[in-house]
This record gives sequence, structure tokens and C-alpha cells, in this order.
Amino acid sequence: MSFRPIFDAHRWDEVKASIYAKTAADVERALAAPRRTLDDFKALISPAAAPYLEPMARLSRQLTERRFGRTMQLYVPLYLSNECQNICTYCGFSMDNKLRRRTLSQVEMLQEAAVLKQWGYEHVLLVTGEANQTVDVDYLEKALYTLRPHFAQLSMEVQPLDQPDYERLMRAGLHSVLVYQETYHQQDYKKHHPKGRKSNFHYRLDTPDRLGRAGIHKMGLGVLIGLEDWRTDSFFTALHLDYLQRTYWQTRYSLSFPRLRPAEGLLQPKVEMTDRELVQLICAYRLLHEEVELSLSTRETATFRNHALRLGITSLSAGSKTNPGGYAVAPESLEQFEISDERSPAEIAALLRQQGYEPVWKDWDAALST
Amino acid sequence: MTTQPLRIADRTFHSRLFTGTGKFSSVQLMEDALVASGSELVTMALKRVDVRNSQDDLLRHLRHPGLHLLPNTSGVRTAREAVFAAQLAREALETNWLKLEIHPDPRYLLPDPVETLRAAEELVKLGFVVLPYIHADPVLCKRLEEVGVAAVMPLGAPIGSNQGLLTREFLEIIIGQSRVPVVVDAGIGAPSHAAAALELGADAVLVNTAIAVAGQPVQMAQAFRLAVEAGRLAYEAHLAVPTLHAEASSPLTAFLD
Ligand code: SF4
Repeated sequence: MSFRPIFDAHRWDEVKASIYAKTAADVERALAAPRRTLDDFKALISPAAAPYLEPMARLSRQLTERRFGRTMQLYVPLYLSNECQNICTYCGFSMDNKLRRRTLSQVEMLQEAAVLKQWGYEHVLLVTGEANQTVDVDYLEKALYTLRPHFAQLSMEVQPLDQPDYERLMRAGLHSVLVYQETYHQQDYKKHHPKGRKSNFHYRLDTPDRLGRAGIHKMGLGVLIGLEDWRTDSFFTALHLDYLQRTYWQTRYSLSFPRLRPAEGLLQPKVEMTDRELVQLICAYRLLHEEVELSLSTRETATFRNHALRLGITSLSAGSKTNPGGYAVAPESLEQFEISDERSPAEIAALLRQQGYEPVWKDWDAALST
Repeated sequence: MTTQPLRIADRTFHSRLFTGTGKFSSVQLMEDALVASGSELVTMALKRVDVRNSQDDLLRHLRHPGLHLLPNTSGVRTAREAVFAAQLAREALETNWLKLEIHPDPRYLLPDPVETLRAAEELVKLGFVVLPYIHADPVLCKRLEEVGVAAVMPLGAPIGSNQGLLTREFLEIIIGQSRVPVVVDAGIGAPSHAAAALELGADAVLVNTAIAVAGQPVQMAQAFRLAVEAGRLAYEAHLAVPTLHAEASSPLTAFLD
């Protein structure tokens, strides 16, 4: 059992055509439906839904408040390493990029952690590139054991792993894993990932299945917006999520919608997504799934985040650095991508309170997953 | 006019409105709403508080004379995890009261009957006052009662859905045959739903979302307080039975006299 047969039964071009063929009547039906289907989702992300942005936003906000109240989770990434043996055309850590590589030692991790603790963070996302010689499962396990006593929840965004490795890391305190497909366009995936283990499209596509079988508490899905037609890619994300929710029904899911950001040696995005379109996508996801966590990172500008956070978002990062050692150890090392919202966690918390939201720093306890 | 107090385990409650702490836009607003609700028992997710820190923001706002904490195990997926979390809560918060929640399904947060029964049995043995959150399943309620829980907390509708007493028929059976207090938990979205539950004979209700997410949470908390009082008062006064037809003025069996 895996997502593969479902994926194979969908042709990119046909899916794309069906999204672009949606009409105003389809959108209205989707808006009025008590429970929305994947076909309704197509209507909501289609160009035909553009004039319905305001009612979508209202509904999205209403559903989010009912489910999550007026609260906002706060998390922060902690980059452990910028070593990478892959070439990805959009990433500053790409192997062909000449930069000083650095992997944090345990002492350095703790120095970084101290800063994040001081800011109030309890939920931390550990990030690395893919360097299987140095940043392997042993290294990741050690990182989890090192940081576990200091935080309530540890997540990871690292290379895809095998199921037993995930199980091992979960025993070391891993709570959730983010693994974005980048794009579901199988042919073009190769163009964006010409070299390295990441060029194996299917291994990546099967990762959520391996995570689900390992019994992970939470997993994060998404695509990198800018690589391919975002509507089609987002439909495949929703399709994947739908399958996962039915199969691994005990797992929680989160979605992100990273838009490509400038980075050292990066190609220009192939497609541009406007702010209006990003809002449309956020609302469409919420209208499809009331309970899914929607996350907005510091890739987005302060102005956009100030407004979008009320439209369906449930978690935000703040104060992020995307370089290893960026908080304390080596602030000047090269970052993965430039962030847009430079405000401190305290400033974001103040903004949330001012908008009538309770910033939530802790919503898990390591003791709950024994 | 005061209504009968409610007894659960070793404690007496004058308010039959239990409340929750989630989803408020600020901890201050939460505190104000709890005070307005008159509630004496408030449930709180263990995962939200830093139990090692006595200055935890949420805990600080819950320290009120007469307000008892009911830590819950929200987030656990198995009986084993629930027992572990319960022990942590008892140690850190110095209460052996526990709202046992095991909902392995993160979408609808529906309780797992098998794991809940298992955990309840074990926790009772460990000396906990266990209040399990469950589906409105009359047989499960009896089974839980047999293992020694202090009350049962069947849901009225899916949690946070504000749909009211969708499980009414089953709640009536549960109330009709229970030997422990019945607290209707989850789904209550309006004061009228709460009043209906009390009229039905439920011993108390637990309300969170409907207060936290209301336009004016403090005012809504007060509305719930009044509704619960009215519902209980009506129950104790014995409601008239509704009938479809007018009663015949001369009884049909009068000829037998
Ligand atoms: S996206 Fe990840 S795998 Fe690709 S180059 Fe960057 S760090 Fe390496």
C-alpha cells in the first residue's frame, strides 16, 4: 500500500486542464458545500475563484477560529548544517555553490539552542542539507538527544530516510517531519534536481508513506512554489494529503506554501505567484480541511504576514536564520535563502496580541510521546 | 433558590458548569471568562503548560480560590502514554484528578474506547480520580463505571463543532442507568444546549470552544452560567411531559370506578 498507484492514475496535464476549466458555478457549489471534496478544491484554486477571494477569506477565517481559536503557534528553524551533496537549482546550499560548509557540533547546537530558549521557543525545527557522510542518522540522533531536554517539541526537515531510521529518531525524541515534494511534476522534477540522491523522484514521493508506517506524530507536506504551475502542484499536494489522512489516520498534518526566495546562485522562479493567489491557496486548503495546520514562514514579507495570519494560518516562525550557527555561533555564514520578515519573536508576539491572538510557544510536551 | 450541589469523588461542586482553557485570544481574557462562568473545575491540556515552571503564564491565571484544575491528557494516542502523562500531571500539579482523553484521530478528535477503558482501569488502580472523555456509548459507560471512574464524560457532538446534543438518545440512556455523575462534554455550542443537557438530567456540562470563540467570551461565560442553573433548576422541578394531544377531560377509564 502506498500513494504511488493513486499518483500514477493522475496525469499532470489532465489535472491542470480540469482545474483551469472550473467555472464560477463550480466555485459557488464548492463554497456552499457542507463538506468539500478534492473536486471542490480544484474549483477553489482555479482562476475562476479569483472573484470569490473575499467570501473564501471570511469562511477560512471563521473555520480556523472555530477549530483553533484565536491562537497562533510559534516555531523556529535551527539549521544544523549546510553541507549538501545534491544539486538543486533553487537552493543556496546546492553542491555546486562554492561556500564554506559548516556542521554544528553538539556544543554549538547548545549555544544556538540557548538563544532560542531565551526568546521563548519550545518548538524547534531542525534543518540540514543532504550530506550522508557527515550528517547521517547517527548525527541526527545525537542532535535529538542533545536538544531534547531543552525543548517541548522537535521537528526535522532533512533528507528523506528509511522507515527504520525514522523509528530510531522517534525514539530519540523526534516529533514531526517536514518533507516537501518540491514539485509533483515528474519530468521537470529531474531538471530541478539533476544530481544527487534527491533526484530520485519516487523515493521522495514514498517518504510520507514511510513516515506514516513509522507512526510519526505529525508530518508536513508542500511544494516549492515557483517551480511549476502552483495550482496543479497544490492539487497533487491535496491528493497526497487525502490519501495519507485515510491511511495514517493517527498522524497530524501540516501544510506549507513556500514561495521561492532569492538565494546564492539561484535560478529565477519559472512561475510567479501573486499575493492574492497565495491567499487564495491558503483559504482553499482551509476550506478543504478544517483541522490541518497551515504554516507561514519568514520567507514572506512582514506586510503580507501581518494580514495573512488572520486568514487561516495556525503557525508562524519568527526571528529565523537560515544558516548554520546563525543565532550565536557563526552569524555571518551563508544562508540557504534570504528571509523577508526580519522582525524578532518578541515583535511578532506583540503583533499577535495586538491583533487579538494569543501567541502559543508550547503546545506539546516531550513526556507525551514515550 | 439554590440547586443541589454535585458530588464527584471527594469534592462538592456548586456550579455544574465545567470549563476549558483552550482557544482564548489571551490568558487574561480566559481568566475573566472563567471567573464570569462561576466554574469550579477547569480542564487544561498538559501539553500547553510548562509543568516545571511555577511561573507558567497559563497556570498563573488559573490560580483562584475555589477553582480546581483538571489536567487532561490531550495529545496522547495510547493507554500507555496516557498513564505516563497522568503521572507527570499528578506530580507537577499536585492533583490526582484527571480528564482522560485518548483521541488518536487528530481530525475529529474522537475518543478511542478501547485504549480509554484500558487506561482508566490502570489509572484507578494508581489512585487517580478519573473522568474519561468518551463517545456517548451506554455500554462503555457501564464498563468504565465498573473499573471505578469517578464520572463519565460522553460527548454531545464532535468536539469544537458547536452542534449541541446530537447524541441525545444515547445520553438519555446513559443518564438513566448511570451510578456515577454524567458530564456532557464536547459539542455544546450555545447556552440553550447546556440548559437542555441539564434538563435531561446530566449532572454537569463542560464547555470550552463556545465560550472562548464567542464575540464576547466573558458575557458568553455568564450566559452559560445562567443556562446551566436554569437547566438544573428545571430538572429538579420535574418538567412537565410534552404531549401532542389535549387530555380528554373525562378519563377513559372512569367507567371502572
Ligand atoms: S534543497 Fe536541500 S537537498 Fe537541495 S541543495 Fe538545498 S539543502 Fe541540498
